[in-house]
Amino acid sequence: MYRYSEFDAGFVRARVAQFRAQVARRIDGSLTEEEFKPLRLMNGLYLQLHAYMLRVAIPYGTLNSAQMRQLAMIADRWDRGYGHFTTRQNIQFNWPALRDVPDMLAALADVGMHAIQTSGNCIRNVTADHFAGAAAGEVADPRPVAELIRQWSTDHPEFQFLPRKFKFAVTGHADDRAVTSAHDIGLRLVRRDGELGAAVLVGGGLGRTPMIGKVLADFVPMADLLPYLEAVVAVYNVIGRRDNKYKARIKITVHETGIDAIRTQVEAEFAARKPLFSGIDQALLAQITAPFAPPAFSDQGVGGFAADYAADPVFRAFVDTNTHPHRHPDYTIATISLKAHGASPGDCSSAQMRLIADLAAHYAHDEIRISHEQNVVLPHLPKRHLKAVHQALWGAGLATANIGLLSDIIACPGMDYCALATARSIPVAQEIATHFDALKLEHDIGPLKIKISGCINACGHHHVGHIGILGLDRAGVESYQITLGGDGGPDAVIGERAGPGFAYDQIVPAIERILRAYLGLRIGRAESFLAAYRRVGMEPFKAALYGAGGAEADAA
Amino acid sequence: MPAQYVPKVLTANALLEGDVVYLAPDGGWTRHHDHALMITDAVTAELHLLDATARGHEVVGAYLADARPGPKGPEPIHFREVFRTRGPSNYAHGKQERA
Repeated sequence: MYRYSEFDAGFVRARVAQFRAQVARRIDGSLTEEEFKPLRLMNGLYLQLHAYMLRVAIPYGTLNSAQMRQLAMIADRWDRGYGHFTTRQNIQFNWPALRDVPDMLAALADVGMHAIQTSGNCIRNVTADHFAGAAAGEVADPRPVAELIRQWSTDHPEFQFLPRKFKFAVTGHADDRAVTSAHDIGLRLVRRDGELGAAVLVGGGLGRTPMIGKVLADFVPMADLLPYLEAVVAVYNVIGRRDNKYKARIKITVHETGIDAIRTQVEAEFAARKPLFSGIDQALLAQITAPFAPPAFSDQGVGGFAADYAADPVFRAFVDTNTHPHRHPDYTIATISLKAHGASPGDCSSAQMRLIADLAAHYAHDEIRISHEQNVVLPHLPKRHLKAVHQALWGAGLATANIGLLSDIIACPGMDYCALATARSIPVAQEIATHFDALKLEHDIGPLKIKISGCINACGHHHVGHIGILGLDRAGVESYQITLGGDGGPDAVIGERAGPGFAYDQIVPAIERILRAYLGLRIGRAESFLAAYRRVGMEPFKAALYGAGGAEADAA
Repeated sequence: MPAQYVPKVLTANALLEGDVVYLAPDGGWTRHHDHALMITDAVTAELHLLDATARGHEVVGAYLADARPGPKGPEPIHFREVFRTRGPSNYAHGKQERA
């Protein structure tokens, strides 16, 4: 993986020193909150409902064991012994004291990490497929492109005051695991006549006005990619609206201007900027690409894997549910669920972080990924070690075999932590998971993505959940709206709202009614919830939710 | 006839820890909602808010929140303010662990 150059390390250190002085000036009264707020946000420090919150970037979700151990150390020393992995491959610490934050940032810098541009109207942490470089059938590893974008966008003088925040996602696989069509710019690496390039999607995003990204260019060769992206952001920077923050994202610019008119402007801007790049970006990309070369895969076979798989049903369930085909036949990609039934989605204790770090270092080429679905991934795990890894995970409460199933729920922090939230998310996720675990229906129901957001900003991606849940404040009471049929994959779809919302104590029964309706109407187990929804549409589920008269819904 | 004024407490987050605080009757800050000053008219409320905004070296993000009298002191009305009196629901962190 990428290691900081001397320039990167110096830049991050200098930023920590600046922020240390800014915090000192805030505490001694030299800076007002009005002056300090933009400075702390630039460094990932929010003030939330009960405390400050530090959001740390995990670029393209990639960590090594030393970084994971440092996150554990930070959690123990300055926070409450855990961290929360987010839907944008970041980690959030929920309880830092203002005075300690510079030390936390210095500890991050020690392992090549930072919290820069995890807030503010700038280009945010670049996300990527969490199976990058490992999945069978990949076009190319998306992380060199993601790292190139990270370096280009960090402190980019032209793009520090964009109309609104700006999010990139990159995938190198036809199975779009990075939800590229729900990002301001989504890149899909493709080959044309053998040449590597990217399809560029623009104007996707969830939130108040959910939109699926549109294809701005179906193929941009790698040599043109960075100037092309710079042209897109430059056009947006000029014509994006600044009069209304709800209309300031590029999705609105694209919607109001039209994709063809935007394309014309981008192409003119690209023609002007391309000559200024002089090939430096290509030299940098070549440098960046080398450290992302796959590890030297071992040729020691799969050991007793087949026998263990046949003999141990618990191990078999884990293998069937939590692993994914690797590019090397003797390897697997193992996903470690942070969704044990009743756990807070995405939360990981310091002890769990250390165990994962140890397993990665000992068995799995020292690589760890964080997925936007709030799980941890060992991307390069030899199958001969899978049994030992599973046993170790089991002992730490990390072996839940539920990836892609009902209880593998995405949930934003909601009103348990977030100052913007309008309702809670975490306890809804916890109760859905424990309720269906008690009913023993999860495996029978099969593949299902439930996604929960605690406000309209949609950090929980509810619009692209097969079942989406949106928590709102309706006249001083928590109320939950349900959307059905969303999909965050390559042919992404925004879910359709089922009808009036449900009270906090009615949302779990409502989900059960939807799923019992599904079990009753599906054509065998092979028809997933999403497939069944696409076949039959909203009506049977609406009937299950509201009956004939809608008696069980409130008036929301 | 003018609408009845809903009583308020003045709340913010402490600068150093971020913990939720309330303006107390003695003009200091308390961590407990039921020890907060109950403000019963709009003019006084605005004056306190102005004063709190000027005390930005002590607290951040001051605002007025609806409250009602209770047996031990002011009680929050909105669920968000109820959560702020205790902390998150998934762990016993925040105010509830010190209660």
